[in-house]
Amino acid sequence: MSHTHSVTLRAILRHLLLIAGAALMLAPFIWMISTASKPQTEIFSSELHLIPHQFALWDNLREAFAKANLLRFLLNGVIVTVSIFVLQVMVALPAAYALAKLRFLGRETLFALVLFGILIPPQATAIPVFLLLHKVGLLDSYAALVLPFTISVFGIFLMRQFFKTVPDDLVDAARMDGISEFGIVWRVMLPAAIPAVTAFGIFSVVAHWNDYFWPLIVLNSEQLRTPPLAVAHFRNNEAGTSYGPLMAAAMVIIAPLVIAFLFAQRRFIEGITLTGIK
Amino acid sequence: MAQIELSTIRKSFDGTDVLKGIDFRIEDGEFISLVGPSGCGKSTLLRIIAGLEPQNSGQVHIDGRPVDGIRPSARNLAMVFQSYALYPHLSTFDNIAVPLRMRRLSAIERLPLLGPLLPGRRAKERGIRADITAIAEQLDIAPLLRRKPGQLSGGQRQRVAVGRAMVREPLAFLFDEPLSNLDAKLRVHMRAELAELHRRLKATFVYVTHDQAEAMTMSSRIAVMMGGELIQVGTPAEIYNDPRDIRVAEFIGSPKINILPGRVRKDGGIDVLGSALRLACGATAGECRVGVRPERIDLGTGPFSGSVVHLENLGAEAFVHLAIEGAGLRLIARLADVRHLPAMGSPVAFGFASDAVQVFDPAGKRIPLRAEQSERVREPAHV
Ligand SMILES: Nc1ncnc2c1ncn2[C@@H]1O[C@H](COP(=O)(O)OP(=O)(O)OP(=O)(O)O)[C@@H](O)[C@H]1O
Ligand SMILES: [Mg+2]
Repeated sequence: MSHTHSVTLRAILRHLLLIAGAALMLAPFIWMISTASKPQTEIFSSELHLIPHQFALWDNLREAFAKANLLRFLLNGVIVTVSIFVLQVMVALPAAYALAKLRFLGRETLFALVLFGILIPPQATAIPVFLLLHKVGLLDSYAALVLPFTISVFGIFLMRQFFKTVPDDLVDAARMDGISEFGIVWRVMLPAAIPAVTAFGIFSVVAHWNDYFWPLIVLNSEQLRTPPLAVAHFRNNEAGTSYGPLMAAAMVIIAPLVIAFLFAQRRFIEGITLTGIK
Repeated sequence: MAQIELSTIRKSFDGTDVLKGIDFRIEDGEFISLVGPSGCGKSTLLRIIAGLEPQNSGQVHIDGRPVDGIRPSARNLAMVFQSYALYPHLSTFDNIAVPLRMRRLSAIERLPLLGPLLPGRRAKERGIRADITAIAEQLDIAPLLRRKPGQLSGGQRQRVAVGRAMVREPLAFLFDEPLSNLDAKLRVHMRAELAELHRRLKATFVYVTHDQAEAMTMSSRIAVMMGGELIQVGTPAEIYNDPRDIRVAEFIGSPKINILPGRVRKDGGIDVLGSALRLACGATAGECRVGVRPERIDLGTGPFSGSVVHLENLGAEAFVHLAIEGAGLRLIARLADVRHLPAMGSPVAFGFASDAVQVFDPAGKRIPLRAEQSERVREPAHV
């Protein structure tokens, strides 16, 4: 009797703890939705309430879309993240294949350099890369947003670890069948590595969709702005920060990721656990 | 169908010699088995023939044409791997189609979306389909063509792998322990199927295995490899009855050949366990080792005696393990008649015909014998 009692008590305690953690994580999002639904007067009122007295979400959204070309910014986000991911895969897969399956002089050294590359934060190289783009005359363009990220050392590392687990016999069988080395990368290794590519895609897309730092540095023109810059735009307004439309815009830009997550939830979790194991 | 010639093939990995000068000629249409213990370099040799691994020195000729530096696919050989190495994301049909598509379709026709729209592609695909259907009929895998390798049993995967090798009609087939992932019963079955396939295709088969039973039952010739060297090449009967080296004698045959300590006397006579054999040899006096196959030991009569320490009755035959007192030696004798098994622990007399004896010098080389009288060894040694 007392046994089941203590079990339920512990279960309750455990759930309370988890709920507290979840609430802490969700609080900013809830606050975002709440603020996006309030008119300006309520946002600045001194009393704290979550549910708006006057529901102003549609007004705020309308204002957000009116003040900034949000659709254009979302499109920019898609163009940039997809280009980055595609180019990253095109570079990382052949590189990972070479590091995992080919025998050549200096392979271990190269792999050590890849590992070393993972340790370098992007901010550390930001200024040299910026100067380089300036010299080449590519600043303030899609290329400036995409090119610096095409070589992902993390991607090379992740794919190399995965390719290591693909049996050598499979590669040899492909060679016997007449598939070229590049053909092996795309026709044999890529299909075998779909879970790893998915996991990498999740990391890449999330990181570059949400990136604020790099676009802020290299962009000037308004029409090239990525979603996070678009949100910041509302803060920089001379008329003072309009929090309602800002939060509404923030909701809009995180929506694609949230929707994508809901659709691909299983894949998403598989991918993340995969990178945890490997 | 092809003849494969290897001349002084050497290979080393990180400074250790794995192949130490292999000279070897595989005739057209032959079923040759490469056998040897694990790590002796069998797979490495096969991969060198296939072109998957470059040799450090020496040449490979296929049909008299040097193939060194030629890509694996251009050598027109097919290989079946131990792990089958089927493409996991492709159906059985597509797995078998890969070598045909790679050969018959141009690079543009192979493109994923554009390729199928090209004019010539249809006809070529029809040809490929016809070939695969024919192969599938032969190998009894027609109902499996739509499945992925993950949905096949080990034996079925094996067959698909053979199909993928057959479909391109290669000059020769290379097998690297293709049966070792199967259970014992299926292995015996596939053994017969592969031998029959060889008879039907009349192609050259090079078959790597460490299972001497596979080598004995299927091949026209066996090549025994040890430590990176070919130590004997011959028909299964030659290898079994006339091993040139004690390592060959010990490797081939199950249960293993019995090795007894012996002496070569000054006059060339040979003593074993205190008895003289009615045999003589030209070797210099000294230690030697005497091998006798389990089935050549006659229980019940003879100058030697041992006690039964273990019995293995397999139904059709039985193996009697004998311990020889004083010598600290164990022997195995095969008994064809299982109805008259000796009792455990009982003393048993045994002997063997002098033509059952294989004598090896201390270095393991076979010593040629002159039979003085092909008679049973009976008399005690004169001291
Ligand atoms: N890529 C490699 N790098 C380094 N050493 C290797 C490589 N491939 C094989 N070896 C070594 O060469 C030797 C022979 O290997 P091989 O695979 O030819 O043996 P095997 O006779 O096929 O053995 P098994 O019956 O176990 O398959 C082994 O000692 C192995 O460790
Ligand atoms: Mg091997």
